[in-house]
Amino acid sequence: MLTKRVIPCLDVVLGEGGGCVVKGVEFVNLKNAGDPVELAKRYNEQGADELVFLDITASHEGRRTMIDVIERTADEVFIPMTVGGGIKTIEGIRSILRAGADKITVNTTAVKDPSFIKESSDIFGSQCIVTAIDCRSNTNIGDPNAVNIIKNKFGKPAWYEVVIYGGRTPTGIDAIEWAKKVEELGSGEIMLTSMDADGTKDGYDLPITKAISKAVRIPIIASGGAGNIEHMYEAFAEADADAALAASIFHFGEYTIGQAKEYLRSKGVPVRL
Amino acid sequence: MIAIIDYGVGNLRSVEKGFAYVGVTAKVTGDPSVIDAADAIVLPGVGAFESGMRHFEPLRKAVLGRVDAGVPLLGVCLGMQMLYEESEENGLHKGLGLVKGRITRFSNGLKVPHMGWNSLDIKKQHPLLDGIKNNSFVYFVHSYKAPAGENTVASAEYGGEFTAVVSGDRPNVVGTQFHPEKSGDTGLRMLKNFSDCIKR
Repeated sequence: MLTKRVIPCLDVVLGEGGGCVVKGVEFVNLKNAGDPVELAKRYNEQGADELVFLDITASHEGRRTMIDVIERTADEVFIPMTVGGGIKTIEGIRSILRAGADKITVNTTAVKDPSFIKESSDIFGSQCIVTAIDCRSNTNIGDPNAVNIIKNKFGKPAWYEVVIYGGRTPTGIDAIEWAKKVEELGSGEIMLTSMDADGTKDGYDLPITKAISKAVRIPIIASGGAGNIEHMYEAFAEADADAALAASIFHFGEYTIGQAKEYLRSKGVPVRL
Repeated sequence: MIAIIDYGVGNLRSVEKGFAYVGVTAKVTGDPSVIDAADAIVLPGVGAFESGMRHFEPLRKAVLGRVDAGVPLLGVCLGMQMLYEESEENGLHKGLGLVKGRITRFSNGLKVPHMGWNSLDIKKQHPLLDGIKNNSFVYFVHSYKAPAGENTVASAEYGGEFTAVVSGDRPNVVGTQFHPEKSGDTGLRMLKNFSDCIKR
């Protein structure tokens, strides 16, 4: 039976002296808690189904050190790895895959140039290209860009608008329509983050996750808002997500991945244990 | 030495690193003279069937020559599908014909690709699966599948049963639809088992 995936996300930033650290990690009992390779190993031991590394500096130096991080992780960790953040070119994808990553995520680049999804999936295969969709609900349902009106997570009628540059810039694109489009262009998976939920620890944005999961036939990774393991359960049981991504609940040692999966299994969600 | 056949794009480093981790020397190569000297061959694969076969063509003779000589061959993912007679991916295309059957697409409204960890239903003993427990989880990413049949060593379930591990008509040929190099300790054990098949 195909299981639901639990994915820790490592936000990698360029540290002092050029090394990379993972933002917001407060693991106890772990030497070099901020070292992405150490963390990757730890999460692998705990039973993570995949690892996501996001280069949140996305500078030239940041990407070079990210490639080093992927290479060193791939020496010791044998589960799928996804890398995102500031990827703009085919050559950029190639160098990340060559370092040992299995998939890459594109976000702003894909919105500005949708043909990049088609071009990259034609070359590397759909399974390699994860489109990250960031969105925010917009209650101006009279907006001419509003195609799909649903109830947002606050219970208000709204459409979800794609946002880029880390949520700072609205695009006027309906998120559900964009999801269908990226599927058609050859993306193999969608990583969905709602700015209404991200950082709140209040749970994933279930309405938009469910709506997009229904609208496409490619897997959906729910992202943004997980504050506890009950939220992960909701993403699977109520919003039909195929995978749930979380950062802080694991980085702070509130739960191990194993504990999250034990809980999910006890609630009837199929997981790899 | 295990030759990992390089015939275009794909993450071949992981296969090489997986063997290195279990203490076996493996080398990514597209050089027929290296293949001629290999003790075992891995046919990896990411991408589409037709382009995979096309890129493989220049190395076909070298690889099949070794297989005829009894050298173990492991096909992974697309590399497993290429062992079959034919595939329906983007039109009907001929494969290597080392395993009977046709590769078809997942249908019935399933989410495609079939992506993630799925459990193995082991049908028969095979050296590749030595020490692997039934229902172990392995990592799959694919949109096309091989039918379950007589040559199925292990199957998995996704809208129906399909072949996860296949043995060829010749005993030295084996294939996995999943990625052992991405399947944690279970997959590493299989890479080790495969290297143990090399005649010393």
